Amino acid sequence: MNSASVISTDEAPLLAVRGVTKIFPGVRALDGVDFTLRRGEIHALMGENGAGKSTLIKVLTGADRRDGGEILFDGCSIDPRSPAEAQRLGISTVYQEVNLIPFLSVAENIYLGRQPMKFGRIDWKQINLRAAAALKRLDVEMEVTQPLNSYSPAVQQMVAIARALDIRAKVLVLDEPTSSLDANEVGHLFAVLRRLKAEGLGIIFVSHFLDQVYAVSDRFTVLRNGKLIGEHEAAKLPRLELVAKMIGKDLKAVEEMSARRGAEPVRTAHHPFLRVIGLGRRGSMTPFDLTIRAGEVVGLAGLLGSGRTETARLLFGIDRAEAGRMEIDGKLVTLTSPRGAIGRRFGFCPEDRKTQAVIPDLSVRENIVLALQASKGWLRKISTQQQQELAENYIKALGIATSDAEQPIKLLSGGNQQKAILARWLASHPRFLILDEPTRGIDIGAKAEIEKLIARLCSEGMAILFISSELEEVVRDSHRVVVLRDRKKVCELTGDQIDLPSIMQAIAARADE
Amino acid sequence: MKFRLSRTRVPLLATSAVFALFYTGACMRYDGFFSWTVFVNLLHDNAFLGLAAIGMTFVILAGGIDLSVGALVGFTSTFIARLIAHQLHPLPAILIALVIGTGFGAGMGALIRFAALPPFLVTLAGMFFMRGLGFAVSLETIPIKHPFYEAISEFSLRVFPVTALLFLVALIAAVYVAHYTPFGRAVYAIGGNEQSALLMALPVGRAKVRVYALSGFCSALAGVTYTFYTSSGNATAGTMLELDAIAAVVIGGTLLSGGVGYVFGTLIGVLILGVIQTIITFEGTLSSWWTKIAIGLLLLGFILLQRFLQSSAGRGGLGVANPAMARP
Repeated sequence: MNSASVISTDEAPLLAVRGVTKIFPGVRALDGVDFTLRRGEIHALMGENGAGKSTLIKVLTGADRRDGGEILFDGCSIDPRSPAEAQRLGISTVYQEVNLIPFLSVAENIYLGRQPMKFGRIDWKQINLRAAAALKRLDVEMEVTQPLNSYSPAVQQMVAIARALDIRAKVLVLDEPTSSLDANEVGHLFAVLRRLKAEGLGIIFVSHFLDQVYAVSDRFTVLRNGKLIGEHEAAKLPRLELVAKMIGKDLKAVEEMSARRGAEPVRTAHHPFLRVIGLGRRGSMTPFDLTIRAGEVVGLAGLLGSGRTETARLLFGIDRAEAGRMEIDGKLVTLTSPRGAIGRRFGFCPEDRKTQAVIPDLSVRENIVLALQASKGWLRKISTQQQQELAENYIKALGIATSDAEQPIKLLSGGNQQKAILARWLASHPRFLILDEPTRGIDIGAKAEIEKLIARLCSEGMAILFISSELEEVVRDSHRVVVLRDRKKVCELTGDQIDLPSIMQAIAARADE
Repeated sequence: MKFRLSRTRVPLLATSAVFALFYTGACMRYDGFFSWTVFVNLLHDNAFLGLAAIGMTFVILAGGIDLSVGALVGFTSTFIARLIAHQLHPLPAILIALVIGTGFGAGMGALIRFAALPPFLVTLAGMFFMRGLGFAVSLETIPIKHPFYEAISEFSLRVFPVTALLFLVALIAAVYVAHYTPFGRAVYAIGGNEQSALLMALPVGRAKVRVYALSGFCSALAGVTYTFYTSSGNATAGTMLELDAIAAVVIGGTLLSGGVGYVFGTLIGVLILGVIQTIITFEGTLSSWWTKIAIGLLLLGFILLQRFLQSSAGRGGLGVANPAMARP
């Protein structure tokens, strides 16, 4: 491939992070992490949720300050206190969401804050000329006096890079730069990055797309749970091994583990409850087919950013599908909103419990009744007595540890909050339940209970889509497993095929294989 | 591209068209409306509104709001009148008033910046404070009798009286600041996207303080102009002026959420308000409350226009707001 050109020199590295620690209340986001960036290399930062990638970038770019350790830039110790200071030092960042001013012209966006002056006033002619030249260096020719927002995200990204480079950056940090680009645009971006690398720039690259990371990077640094797992040359690290390091599995142990099987396949007598054909949305998911039967748990496996949550959002009508169709009980339906999905007796426990599901100041009872009330419509109010009965029932059935139903839910532990959210959906008797990371951040006991609950619900005939980054859970609990990679469905495993090594193989496979 | 270029200036074009419509309509209906005197009077009568609206333009462009404008006009006018009544020469009196206005604005800006308080509340408090302070200076109207003042009030350059001159000079200076200084561009950037402006290493905090200081200065200058206009000071002067100023700015095509607009548009906005007022005077039988009704309807029309432009820009691809641009 293309990673042959790693420049090896004896000189000091461009950027050396030594033992950096960052502590947030309750978490060690970075724990003694080392990271080395050499001149003329593209270095990918890899890791799953909570690995510490974004914290490391924030510390490097001055958005957060470190609590310990040292950062050497060109051999000198630095401690940037703001993005502005990091930029002055020569560390420029291009963020996932383009951070420019949409209404102002392209040229102005490149020179904002550093305008060339003439006779005490801004020299617009110079700005436009120099902006055109800076963009030409990136092989972009455009009308620089037009407002930025009249261009596509890919072009805006190029403008952001032009701005970053024009500050005479020595280190360029690209945080998920490709998430809104199509294949051609990614190709163009990579050509530009390779040229900048040849000019001696150090580039830090963060992406969830394994193919892209392998296509452009010379080296990887893998982080997990705030700790350094290792630094590797891209050419010498097989994909499977990279995936194993990211999700924290020992490859040998995994191979020996292949005896562990998934749940028994469902009797085929069950009719398909939900069928989607070619469902997709640009920038979210490549069109995919999926069938879920009543009484079946379908697991979704994949790395962070592979499209797990996106799939759930499409199925639940949060994001509108641009292609494909959906059948429920063999009948064609169109879902345009979560409300419509709830009306068809779908339920969705979102990934981020804190911001998307729990209403912290409301009581456990009120949180449980929410979905049922919504599906009935707000005019047909459920009486307080009914609400209390309902809440008491679920508190008992799911073993929610709370002094009583009137406790504000924020006082409960994470696991118990999760159970209350489950109760919310169960109260509306869904036929199909999407569980996005239902076990994240809760203790082992609560995890086991939730897994048991999943098994019980599907034995009662509910169809369940189960999303988890804990692959063992997916293996244990699913009748079928759909593997996603780079926003694509890559394979489907059933019955005996479901084991950890097969899933990891599918995740790590190259797109062209 | 031609189409896009024209669309970026739709609010300004619409404002200009509305003004042209009202003005020519009035000229055809009323004898003597089409004359220099009427037009210059338009500037003369609305100079203090115009000055306040110029400061307000910057505040709104930066994504903020300043409700203390009218109260500061009232305070400044009584304060100057009182100082002159106490035998101070008008020049230092005016200078002191301008310094107080600027300092007061800067103080509100500092609160908004360092205490991270919402501009609406800080300037609301500023409005009550300044209005009260004006009445503390004097409950009554204080006439200004000073030869220097009479000379200035009667001074005119060709047909333009000193009030109109102050307004026009301030307008040119404001256009320059908005389009040719890094501060002006930072104001647009902050209103466009404050988070991005911070990440682009712009001096966001400093610019915010300066925006409110500028608005304070403009309001004080509006107060000074008021004293030239009436040869007196009055604590009730400029009551509800801040709302007229906001209306003029929005009718002038500036997005209330900030980041898009022109100082020149504000001039047209002020002229539209003035023309409506003049038409009602010419009509003779209409109550002056019709001015308010007309302004209310116009304001609604322009807000709807902005909303429409925003949503049609959203369909264009990015879902970002109105693609109006900021440089002539």
